[in-house]
Amino acid sequence: MTDLTDLTLAQARKRLADKDVSASELTDAYLAAISERNGALNAYISVTEDIAREGAVASDKRIAEGTAGPLEGIPLGVKDLYATKGTHTQACSHILDGFKPPYESTVTQNLWDAGAVMLGKLNMDEFAMGSSNETSHYGPVVNPWQRDLMNVAVRSEGGDVGTIESPPKDDTPLVPGGSSGGSAAAVAARLCVAATASDTGGSIRQPAAFTGTVGVKPTYGRCSRWGMVAFASSLDQAGPIARTVEDAALMLNVMASPDAKDTTCVDRPVPDYTATIGDSIKGMTIGIPREYRIDGMAEEIDGLWSQGIAWLKDAGANIVDISLPHTKYALPAYYIVAPAEASSNLARYDGVRYGLRVDGSDITDMYEKTRAAGFGDEVQRRILIGTYVLSAGFYDAYYTKAQKVRTLIKHDFEMAYADGVDCILTPATPSAAFPIGDKEMAADPVKMYLNDVFTVTVNMAGLPGIAVPAGLSVEGLPLGLQLIGKPFEESDLFRVGSVIEANAGHFAP
Amino acid sequence: MSVDQSTVKRVAKLARIAITDNRAEELRDELNTILGFVEQLDEVDVDGVEPMTSVVDFDMKKRADTVNDGEIADDVTANAPAKDEHFFMVPKVVE
Repeated sequence: MTDLTDLTLAQARKRLADKDVSASELTDAYLAAISERNGALNAYISVTEDIAREGAVASDKRIAEGTAGPLEGIPLGVKDLYATKGTHTQACSHILDGFKPPYESTVTQNLWDAGAVMLGKLNMDEFAMGSSNETSHYGPVVNPWQRDLMNVAVRSEGGDVGTIESPPKDDTPLVPGGSSGGSAAAVAARLCVAATASDTGGSIRQPAAFTGTVGVKPTYGRCSRWGMVAFASSLDQAGPIARTVEDAALMLNVMASPDAKDTTCVDRPVPDYTATIGDSIKGMTIGIPREYRIDGMAEEIDGLWSQGIAWLKDAGANIVDISLPHTKYALPAYYIVAPAEASSNLARYDGVRYGLRVDGSDITDMYEKTRAAGFGDEVQRRILIGTYVLSAGFYDAYYTKAQKVRTLIKHDFEMAYADGVDCILTPATPSAAFPIGDKEMAADPVKMYLNDVFTVTVNMAGLPGIAVPAGLSVEGLPLGLQLIGKPFEESDLFRVGSVIEANAGHFAP
Repeated sequence: MSVDQSTVKRVAKLARIAITDNRAEELRDELNTILGFVEQLDEVDVDGVEPMTSVVDFDMKKRADTVNDGEIADDVTANAPAKDEHFFMVPKVVE
């Protein structure tokens, strides 16, 4: 019998429905895996054992009664920025010390209503600000992948995800990407079936690419943001990280919903995202944007991209070169818009209503000391940039200008789609995972920001995107390709993504 | 545009974050690196371009102007670092 934690979500669902395995057995297998491996990976910062076991018992009861939900008995990890009633919710910041929300986020409530079981809260960059999961108050997450000196590519067909032992490994700890680093690492290391994540500039797709997992950032407005700790409200969007394209679709089926509590959440019915998986892509038009071929792009990334183009072409898609002329301005515009919104959103952490308080001589001193002690360096940096660009005399030069550039970025995509492009294929990241404590990135914040160069355009335009594992680097680390779709056409991403997956196979550390 | 140390301190004051002189110096360099990076936006011609206000083209939904929540003062104050019954406690503000 294979290890229960090796089952994909789709496989686990079937085994549970067939009463071949119980939800309690499945949950216990994951809790055992967490207790064995989380110490080394630091993916979970809070394990909710009792809630998990009680949830599994309730699931078994519903399965027996024939009232199982679509995710009945599936053990999931939850990124620490989702409010989960009565349990740890701090966006991995010191400033939210001890905060336990008296309410549940809409996305997690949807999951529990569908029968899913919560294993615990997952590590992340503080307030989702980072691309390496190194800014967390709870310390970095370790990527379950290590460099493989023998470069043994492990590939298995179909849903049978396996791995073979390869001799010498370079055990330098690598980052899992960020900000959803805990989510990606936990899914890759089989410490949960799938996880919730969130994406403001690439925080789902970049860690998915770094860990050989599938990450989906839905269209802005597809999932409710209610109960998610806010970073940049016009960019933030919830999404899943899972092991396969089908698993990601099964998660989004439940996570997405209309919600009266979030006025930016759209009132559109949620289709069955698994419906298009495996459909032919013959006749679909895939755009290849020339501006994504950036200076100094690693050969292996370029090679991966060409391989992806060839797969889609072989599957019958029309490949067309397209131009998205404002691509290079997306990242600088993002580093005005996102910090500006963050400086406003994070003004609420003042030591009065929740979280950390450091006493001071008067109320202003209390605010200043609390925020100095409670926010980490990266968060402080972004608050200050945001405060500066919004301050009197600079607002138009920075913020208004960046929002105009954003209009142009969105217009680029609209032109491509108007010309008949269905999806756009790009690399997901400019490199494979890098070591924890990388000196160059630590010394220059902009170097770290460049990790999101291929993903951030999608947030700026509010579009859906998916990162699908597509191969291994020369060092044996996973690399991903990104597909960008039309607004609310996530189904296209699952359809085309499944073609990449069928060709590339699955990757496990 | 670049910032000097006194600007960093002024902005930190606006953001209500206490910083030391040493930290202000570090932050000056870090912020200037970021401001230098975003300067490339000067190359973009944005004449006649509307600033984006929403990425999704739809009218924001509005709820009925009725009370739909409340009477949860216990919940609202549950996480306060200092409270007295249903009041948040702060250092004296008015002399």
